[in-house]
Amino acid sequence: MNSTLKRPRFLDLTKIRLPLPGIVSILHRISGVLMILAIPFLIWLLELAVSGQAAYEQAAAVADSLLFKLAAAVILWSLCHHLVAGIRYLLLDIDIGIERKQARQSAVGVFVISIALTILFLGVIW
Amino acid sequence: MSIQLSGLRAWTIQRISAIYIALFTLAVMVAVLFNGMPEDHQAWRALLSSPFINLSVMAFFLALLLHAWVGARDVIIDYVHPLGARFTVLALAAVFLIVCGLWAARLLLNLF
Repeated sequence: MNSTLKRPRFLDLTKIRLPLPGIVSILHRISGVLMILAIPFLIWLLELAVSGQAAYEQAAAVADSLLFKLAAAVILWSLCHHLVAGIRYLLLDIDIGIERKQARQSAVGVFVISIALTILFLGVIW
Repeated sequence: MSIQLSGLRAWTIQRISAIYIALFTLAVMVAVLFNGMPEDHQAWRALLSSPFINLSVMAFFLALLLHAWVGARDVIIDYVHPLGARFTVLALAAVFLIVCGLWAARLLLNLF
């Protein structure tokens, strides 16, 4: 076990060049944490939407503010990235696209599809 | 502890909840694209009062909270190393998710 102590370590985060699948992975984590933090806001808006017309209009006014729209855009991207990357992971789990070349291509695909979906739904909520 | 969420059980719950959440989300996305969002408070009430939608949303929140717990637990264990801090952050995350779950359950049960 002593030999493991002598392994070279290189953990300078500013210099590590993460391959694309690694970037998909870290963004999967970040988007997941962001969405967890957004859960109470989702429930709060849902509650306002069903709690009478005055509350509904309050929710609509909140949803109309620039701050909300910017936050919603971040959460929308988080959802799209997490969803598309998640489907990729489910496929990897059952050994689909496990080769390095395919894995790199599907990582590119995750960015293309998730950004396209984000723009599409941004058009709906904006 | 038979209810602890770790190892293979956590892995399995993560995947099963992921599949439900993904299908639910894709269904919502398709519905929003074709039908738009509900226009007023009556429409929202009617939507969430329909038993099928109400139960699907309830199952969504259950799957979401389990999924969020397994994911948050993985992230916290990876980045928070001192045991006291790790325990505290895990406990805060658990309370946060349980409160969200109870809140969503109250909202949906009131409409059922």
